Formats: sequence, structure tokens, C-alpha cells
Amino acid sequence: MSHSSERPPPTALRSGLALRVSLLGWSLVLLLGAVLGAGLLTLWVTSVTAVALGVGIPLALLSTVLVRWLADLHRQWAADRLGEPVPRPYLPTPEGSWLVRLWSILRDPASWRDWAWLLANSITGWFTYTLSFALFLGGVFYLIYPILYELTPPQVFRTPLGNGFRLHSVQQSFALVPLGPVLLLLWYATAERLANLNARVIRSLLAPTAQAQLRARVAQLAASRAETVDTQAGELRRIERDLHDGAQARLVSLGMSLGLAQQLMLDDPHAAQQLLEEARESTTSALAELRDLVRGIHPPVLADRGLDGALKALALVNPIPTTVLTRLPGRLPAPVESAAYFAVAEGLSNAIKHAQAQHIRITVEFEPHPGTTAGLLTMRVSDDGHGGAAVDAGTGLRGIARRLAAFDGTLTVDSPPGGPTEIRMSLPCAS
Amino acid sequence: MRIVIAEDLALLREGLIRIFQVNGFEVVEAVDNGPSLIRALTTHRPDIAIVDVRLPPTFTDEGLRAAIDARKQLPGLPVVVLSQYVEQLYARELMSDRAGAVGYLLKDRVLDVGRFIANVKQVAAGSTVMDPDVVTALLTHRSADPLLLALTPREHEVLSLMAQGRSNAAIAGRMFVTEKTVSKHSYNIFAKLGLEPSEDDNRRILAVLAYLEG
Repeated sequence: MSHSSERPPPTALRSGLALRVSLLGWSLVLLLGAVLGAGLLTLWVTSVTAVALGVGIPLALLSTVLVRWLADLHRQWAADRLGEPVPRPYLPTPEGSWLVRLWSILRDPASWRDWAWLLANSITGWFTYTLSFALFLGGVFYLIYPILYELTPPQVFRTPLGNGFRLHSVQQSFALVPLGPVLLLLWYATAERLANLNARVIRSLLAPTAQAQLRARVAQLAASRAETVDTQAGELRRIERDLHDGAQARLVSLGMSLGLAQQLMLDDPHAAQQLLEEARESTTSALAELRDLVRGIHPPVLADRGLDGALKALALVNPIPTTVLTRLPGRLPAPVESAAYFAVAEGLSNAIKHAQAQHIRITVEFEPHPGTTAGLLTMRVSDDGHGGAAVDAGTGLRGIARRLAAFDGTLTVDSPPGGPTEIRMSLPCAS
Repeated sequence: MRIVIAEDLALLREGLIRIFQVNGFEVVEAVDNGPSLIRALTTHRPDIAIVDVRLPPTFTDEGLRAAIDARKQLPGLPVVVLSQYVEQLYARELMSDRAGAVGYLLKDRVLDVGRFIANVKQVAAGSTVMDPDVVTALLTHRSADPLLLALTPREHEVLSLMAQGRSNAAIAGRMFVTEKTVSKHSYNIFAKLGLEPSEDDNRRILAVLAYLEG
């Protein structure tokens, strides 16, 4: 049983007048951004020059922070426009003296691309934003031209197309009204394209280069592989210990009880009976321990019913009322199911232990990439408890993040003090 | 009493056959997979079926599904489902037709042969028998229910035993009290939970389980 819910389409898919009006607003904001950017570029060049004099370092660092902040805002805007994320390309800044930091910033190719973008933005950005805005204003201007003619004193608004063309009456001014719709149509037709053009310029200069992306990816894979190996070795040690101290020990004692019972069978049937009873109890305990162990490795219900069934089974034995909504295209690959299950289970037990929630909600949905069977599995565990959860606060969430990292998955926590809390986990996978 | 057994591990299957034969059951057929189980149940219409949850060909919950399917064709066919682990979800699915005559037990319970045979006979007589682990999980699930919190510890114990499928007489024996005391407790429980009281053991058990599942 799967439930589905409506989701608003992303901004990139919105179309029509509302979109264009919002783009109009944006072009004003971005125009200011371009001006600010030109100012920052000047500030930066000045401060780097001043480094030689020894006073420019703090100024250069400050302007770097401001440039990156401005670039981040533009990345966000371009990402919304293009419907895909525009990642941050910067190398991590090392701890150390200001000079060390400045040196690492100067060596980061992404910094140079930022400055190239500031320059490009103050030219292309200026052009595209102004063009769109001018078309719109021009359209409105000609549309209401007769009113302007009538309302303004003589000599104002009398030469709408340059000095060679002078109007003498309000009737004549109506001849200019058709220009209004033409310009507005032009604005309507080009607004989205101009905005997209801009977004692409932003992406091409502010997103990481292919080389930088690969370098970051290699570093990330090396880290997550090391963590996975550690985690797995730890898990194996735990299983070994559990088997050794649990089921194995029980079986030894079972064998001893049975052997002794066999010896005593004829001489002391009563004692033999007691030993058999002990042997039976040993078996029961060994089975219980094995069951718990298996549940921790791979819950049988997950193997039987997949993620959907296993999460519903999990919710059923939960003391806090829990709703499970899933939207899945059938069974997912076993490793993904297992990682997703344990991630949600840990998130759930976190909510039960810490949040004092009245209700918990689990949503799991798989969103395929268009045209492929691969996609993104998103899991959310939200509760109405008192909030204040953080990845660094407890080892539970940190553990999930590590497990998910092995699959390139991510974990984010949104938990303001006072609640509500939402733990959002994502796991890229093939379906 | 005629019995059909479904268990894919030969060792366990032989063990079950021996236990039932020793206790006077007639084993009409013992099968090792889901499709054969449905066929055996519909042809023999046994007095009771013992079914392992995990069976070939899928090695998932084939046995459980076969049992539920067979009960759709033969409503109220007594079935005891055995498993290496108990799962709330499966207990709920088994009981969902509200026809009674189902049991859901850990395989470990077979070790206590006397009690296991008694449980099987109870199910054959139309009662519902749930593993203590299932009942514990149900009670944990409802631990925040104010109506359940209003029960006295004694009533709580009676409720939990009743949910496992024990008759008033069996509960009285286990708690070392008279049957009349148990009757009084169960009357109080039903009043506190707002349930219709019943003189019939089977119906009482079903009502309690339905409430706990909520």
C-alpha cells in the first residue's frame, strides 16, 4: 500500500505571466547585484595591491567573504532557474595566519573564476537585466503615452522618438500606442531566455570545473571508503563477539547438559530430567540471541517485504504513533534497502529517545532520473517533539551520516529549538 | 485430529511429524513449499495446519501468504503459523479476517511440547493464540494509551495472558487464583477499555487483540 502526495513544481517549470513578472523583479535585484559586484571587484583589486604595503590582507579577506557571499546568492538563483544545483567550487580554507589563508584563496582556481565572473557579470549581466527591464518599461510607457501627453505640461513628452518627430495634439499621440504591445510582447518572449542566458553564464563561471569536481569526488570517495571499512570491521567484531559469548556458549552448555543427562539417565532419572529441562532452556535462549543478532544484521521482514513492509512493521511496534508514507517503484537493490532501513530506524529511535514527540512521520519516496532506472531515494523522519537535534550532538545521527556516505547519501537535520524536527536523508540508487 | 504440516527443512519437518504422531494426531500430508501447501489444504481440509512462514520457492513469507490465501477459500480453516522470528505486521495480517482459529508462534515454543500441543488444540477449537512476544510488542506499542494505563498491575497481567490466547481457566491456573477472580478482573478490563463483555473465551480473546491492535 503506497500513498502519494502532490508536490509543487520547481520554479524552473513555472511559466506564464507570473514567472515573467517575478523575473522582472529579479532583474532589478540582480542589477543591483552587478553594481555591488563591480564595487567588490574594485575593492579586491585595491586591497591585493595594498597587500604589498602590509595593510591589505584583512581587507582582501573581507572582500573575499563578500564576493563568495554574493556568488552564493547568484548560484542559488541560477540553480532555481535551471532546475539543477550549482555546487560551490571552493577548496577548504586552512586554519592559520591571515597570510596563509589569503595564500590558499589566491591559489584556489575558483577564486579567480569568481573574479572573472564579477567582471563578466558587470557587462553581460548589466546588458541582459537592463534590456529586459527597458523592454517592459518601454512597453508600458507607449501603452499609456496619450495619458502622459495629456497630464504633463507642454514641452514634456512631446518628442517620443527623438527631436525630429514632434507631436502637436493628443490625437496624434495615439499613433504611438501600438508600440506598447509590440515592446511588451518582445519583453514577454525574451524575458525567460535572457534570464536563462544569465543563469548559464553564472553556472559556467561559478560552478566547479570538471577537474575540480573530480578532485573533490576522489577526496570524498577516499574518506567514505575509509569510514565504510572501519564501520564494517567494527560490525564484524561485534557479530563475532555476540556469537562467541551468546549462541556458541549456550550450545556448549547445552551439549554438556545433554551428555550429563545421558550418564545419569539410568542411575538418577530425576536429575536427568532436570538436566534435560535446563538443556531446553539453553536452546530457547540461544535461539533468542540468534534472532536478535539476525535482526541487527538484516531484519527478516526486510528480506520478505522490502523497505515498505519493513518500515510499516517498524512503526507497528513503536510506542509513539507513527505514520509511514512510501512511494516506491517496487523493490530496490538489497544494499540500498538495508542502508535506507537502518538509517530510518536510527532516525526513528533518535526521535523516540530524545524528542518527546507525540507523533512521528516517516516519508520515503523514490524519484527516478528522467529516462533511466536510477534515481534518488529520499527519506524523511519528522516529529513534533522539542527539537534541538544536531548531527554533532549525538553519535546516532553521525552514525547514519557515515553509513549513508558509503552510498553517496547525505543527511541533513532541521531541528530548531522547540521543534519540529525533520531529518532528511537521501540515497542515490538504481531502481 | 487430521493435520497438514508445511516446513521446508527436512529435519524440522520430521521432528514436527514425530511430535504430532506421538500426541495422537493423524498427519495427512507434510509438504515443503507454498504451492503444495495450498493444494494440500484445499484437498484434505484438515482439522489444523502447521505452517512455517518462510517456504520455497520465494523463501520469503510464502507460508504466511499461502495460509491467508487458503483461509480465503476455506474461511476459518485453523492454521498455526510458526516462525524463527515474530513480526507484528504478520500477526495483524493473520488476524485481519476476524474469523479466529489462528495461531502465530515462535518455533522455539515447539520445545515446550506439552504447551505447544495444547496451543495447537486450542486453535483447532477456534481460538486465537498469539506468541507472548507478539503480545509484549502490542503492549509496548500501546504503552501510551491512557485506558491501558488505568489498569491495575493484576489486570494488566490478565490482559496480557488473555491476549496470548489463554482461557479464564488457564489464566486462573497460571496466576494461582480462582477462575472467579479472573472473571472479575476480565470484567473490569472490558469495562475500562469500553469493550462488550463476553462469556465466550474465544470471543473475549479476539476482542482484546482487536483492541490492542487498534
